[in-house]
Amino acid sequence: MRKQHAHLSDEALVAQVARGDEDALSELYDRVGRIAYGLAVRVLRDDRLAEDAVQEGFLAVWRSAASFRAERAKASTWILTLVHRRAVDLVRREERRRTEPLGEELPTGRGQESEPTDEAAWLRFERERVQAALKQLPDVQREALELAYYGGFSQSELAQRLGVPLGTIKSRMFSGLARLRELLDESTQEGSWKPEFTS
Amino acid sequence: METGIHELTAGYALDVLDDDERWAYETHLADCERCREDLTAFWQTTEALAIAAAGPAPAPELRGRILTAARAERQVVVPLESRRRRVAPVLGAAAAVAAVLALAVGLWATQLSGDLDDARLALERERQAAAVLADPGARTVSLEAGEGRLVVDDDGRAVLVLDGLDPAPAGKTYELWIIEGENASPAGLFPGQDGRDWVGLDGTVEPGDVVAVTIEEAGGVEVSANDPIVASAPV
Repeated sequence: MRKQHAHLSDEALVAQVARGDEDALSELYDRVGRIAYGLAVRVLRDDRLAEDAVQEGFLAVWRSAASFRAERAKASTWILTLVHRRAVDLVRREERRRTEPLGEELPTGRGQESEPTDEAAWLRFERERVQAALKQLPDVQREALELAYYGGFSQSELAQRLGVPLGTIKSRMFSGLARLRELLDESTQEGSWKPEFTS
Repeated sequence: METGIHELTAGYALDVLDDDERWAYETHLADCERCREDLTAFWQTTEALAIAAAGPAPAPELRGRILTAARAERQVVVPLESRRRRVAPVLGAAAAVAAVLALAVGLWATQLSGDLDDARLALERERQAAAVLADPGARTVSLEAGEGRLVVDDDGRAVLVLDGLDPAPAGKTYELWIIEGENASPAGLFPGQDGRDWVGLDGTVEPGDVVAVTIEEAGGVEVSANDPIVASAPV
């Protein structure tokens, strides 16, 4: 019953999926599907291909749920990893991205007016928070992270493409991710709501 | 060197490492608490990058398509070997990632249950296997049946890497064999897991030997009457 699933953690849902529970898969899709789709669209720049990536990613969840271990990775992270890998596979096959210019702007400009009205408030808040943090990164670090994660370039491909040593790419990626993590931690603290007492 | 491999944590979390680096990193991960902690945090940050890309919702039909496809797979009940063949091409790289995650956390889990001698033994076996895989002099032997490869180092120590093998059915186990001419010697048991298996063989292999896997009753056998489901080319 779906209602029961609403109370389960993502990790508990994966355990249910491992037992062949379709409703649990459905609930996971409802929770993570939209983010997964956004990521796939970003990588593939094509709605249909993105849907394929999400579908295959969730089928991989269905098949391999029994191998998921919750000790280190969250279930949502694991699912996004599966969808991301599939999207990168597809974009590599398409080769279409390869001809596009580097350093393309983040499509942060999805204006408020075109904002999907059904978007959950928390997702919009989170997205804006992460985008703000990304903007604070040094350009070369942001570029390395974006080309790798959204562009599907491996570290060695990036080094070649940007004409810098592989070691430099590795450092940029590490420093960039570490810095992003700090920025997000900071903004979590700032953004947390605290009651104000005036005495 | 230590710093170098530690830096790969970012690329691993973003899933942008080349294969050989991924292998090296996973081997390192088993022994490095700092990398495991950083990886956990970096995975979280990677998820934030996914959220930063969030946009319009997918078409409403997508969820139904996924559930229909999932249901269709569940209905197909076929013996292990043909099922593996059916699933493997579809699974592809996504399953490899799943297996990678399972492998990494599997090693941690093994380390955590240090109170069991079995776990220590299993860990020792995994360490030895990791050493073979990390050996730059090791060579790869293809499989004639099954999906994956056999990795053999200069001393004849061997690790069988298998993709897409299902866990052994209840009451059964996978058994490894080293076949020299007409003689097959047992070389260990393993339960199998969804995704990638990674098992070191007991004993060593000589040039010309073939490594094979059969399904046996739990506990294994000294002489098998079953056909192998996995067989390597001659070493």
